[in-house]
Amino acid sequence: MVVANPFSRNPVTSAMFLVLTIVSMAGLFVLLHAFFLAAVQILVYAGAVMVLFLFVIMLLDLKEEEQRRIKTAGAVLGIATVGLIYTALVRAFRSLPTVAEAPSPPLEGATGALGKLLFTDYLLPFEMVSVLLLVGMVGVILLSKKEVK
Amino acid sequence: MSAGLGHYLIVSGLLFSLGLLGVLLRRNLLVMYMSLELMLNAGNLALVSFSRFNNNLNGQVMVFFIITVAAAEVAVGLALILALYRKRQVAHVEELTSMKL
Repeated sequence: MVVANPFSRNPVTSAMFLVLTIVSMAGLFVLLHAFFLAAVQILVYAGAVMVLFLFVIMLLDLKEEEQRRIKTAGAVLGIATVGLIYTALVRAFRSLPTVAEAPSPPLEGATGALGKLLFTDYLLPFEMVSVLLLVGMVGVILLSKKEVK
Repeated sequence: MSAGLGHYLIVSGLLFSLGLLGVLLRRNLLVMYMSLELMLNAGNLALVSFSRFNNNLNGQVMVFFIITVAAAEVAVGLALILALYRKRQVAHVEELTSMKL
């Protein structure tokens, strides 16, 4: 299911599978008691970012990739990198001290506590992110202007 | 069996490696960019699971900022890809081999 995202030839199929992945990750966030983040993920990622991707894919009107031969060097290096990451992960997993797997009392009212943190400890990054979004908007408009003769 | 921290981290690692494979092995710019987003999402999952299992809300705050910054980055990156496509009429990395416009 998720595997089809990088491995399908049609970019629209890849985009659809990425949407599926993002929605599944929102589900995982709900399992981890991060309800606000699950909602934000669906709203922002699946609702805005992926729609933007689909717009650009439709705009560019790409043909499907022809049957490509993956260069063996590339495939070998890619799989070796994945194997390295997996080995490091498994080693770190094995060396974890045996902590109780159920966490201490769940964070009740986590959304309110998150909001409080955002407005007290993390106020400066919060405001800077809004400036960043403004700068991003200006940059996008500048970059996509047609050249005026 | 209940899902422990390690299980979530393995899922996050798998997602990250899938995204990495996508960036390395695909030739279409847009699909490479989508795999990049997949890698960012894998990092988000790891952060949220750490935040949950250490009962610390800072991880969730960081994920909030990461989602916002990633949205801005996607907008700017797609504008760049559009401008590039207008100049060169290709979206395959194999044919984008010179930095001259």
